[in-house]
Amino acid sequence: MTAKPIRNGCEQRVEAGWAVLDVFGEVDLSWSQDIRRRVLDALAAGPALAVVLERVSYIDSSGIAALVEGFQQARAKTQRFALVAPSDSVRAVLELARLDRVFPIYTDLAAALAD
Amino acid sequence: MSAAEPVIEVRQLDAFYGRRRILHGVDFQVMPGEIRVIMGASGSGKSTLLRHLIGLQRPHAGSVRILGTDVAKAGPAEMLALRRRLGVSFQGGALITSMSVGENVALPLREHTRLDENTIRIMSRLKLEVVNLGGFQDLMPSQLSGGMVKRAALARAIVMDPKLLFFDEPSAGLDPVVSAELDELILKLRDALRMTIVVVTHELDSALKIADTITVLDQGRILETGSSVSVQASNNERIQDLFHRRPRPVDVDVDEYLRRLTQEEL
Repeated sequence: MTAKPIRNGCEQRVEAGWAVLDVFGEVDLSWSQDIRRRVLDALAAGPALAVVLERVSYIDSSGIAALVEGFQQARAKTQRFALVAPSDSVRAVLELARLDRVFPIYTDLAAALAD
Repeated sequence: MSAAEPVIEVRQLDAFYGRRRILHGVDFQVMPGEIRVIMGASGSGKSTLLRHLIGLQRPHAGSVRILGTDVAKAGPAEMLALRRRLGVSFQGGALITSMSVGENVALPLREHTRLDENTIRIMSRLKLEVVNLGGFQDLMPSQLSGGMVKRAALARAIVMDPKLLFFDEPSAGLDPVVSAELDELILKLRDALRMTIVVVTHELDSALKIADTITVLDQGRILETGSSVSVQASNNERIQDLFHRRPRPVDVDVDEYLRRLTQEEL
């Protein structure tokens, strides 16, 4: 039996004035710097960023670091920043470093945009 | 569907120091996501086995495969690639004394990756948070307590999110609270970061709390590998001695004893 190839990537769109970054697959050292770039670019271009993590099956600390850096920048410039619908495995990594108590986390995009 | 490949596969491993035989035909397998505890008295061969598992020693006889790499046959580039995927927390910490805690933890990232400096800083401080040393990055190793050294060493061992983590004597010399916290952390690391973890320990309580499986070594041989329940229930006298902290009877072979005392140096 052949395993289904795992696809990694990131879709970007704008919704109600927010940049929305929808990440999927396994986020690791091999491409987390790409996410970092997109997070920082989105914050340079607009006032608010939501990162959707529902389809992320694994995230390592370099991926988490990209989110931390983005959130820190957003706070420094009083921009909005939200993590949306983190999968169980993302949540486990966030909890490991108690970051679930640091990031604004929403169950869905509508909740983030409405807040 | 085929079963997962073992992360560690050791077959018929022998090891010698000089003429002294340390390991006798050891077979040892660890599956992905498993927490394996290696127990055994001092001198049982635990450290020697560990040195083979982390690639510090090549097998004389027998084979050692770690994350698919045959350690006996791997060239320098393959060994380097393998070492990047392993995390090792040494018993004494092995922190570099001239570097701050933060620099120690960041060292593997600086050596092995080309990540942005912001990312390196955040990743290494994150791992200090994970081991409850948040904010201690500017201290020097000499300013740390024994428990803090252990935790800083663990932070450095996991900074690259290794798939395979080795932890030598996590609780030795620690107070019971810190020791219990480290046990919790080992379980969380496996669950959150999907690590396979091999722990060498003397501490029975800790072994029973974290182990999926326990391997008991004695005089260079594997006495038993099984769940903590089955190993505890073992009828083997040596295992019972170890679990009940009973001193071992010492066999005296008169000829051998006299030879050791009187033989001239070779």
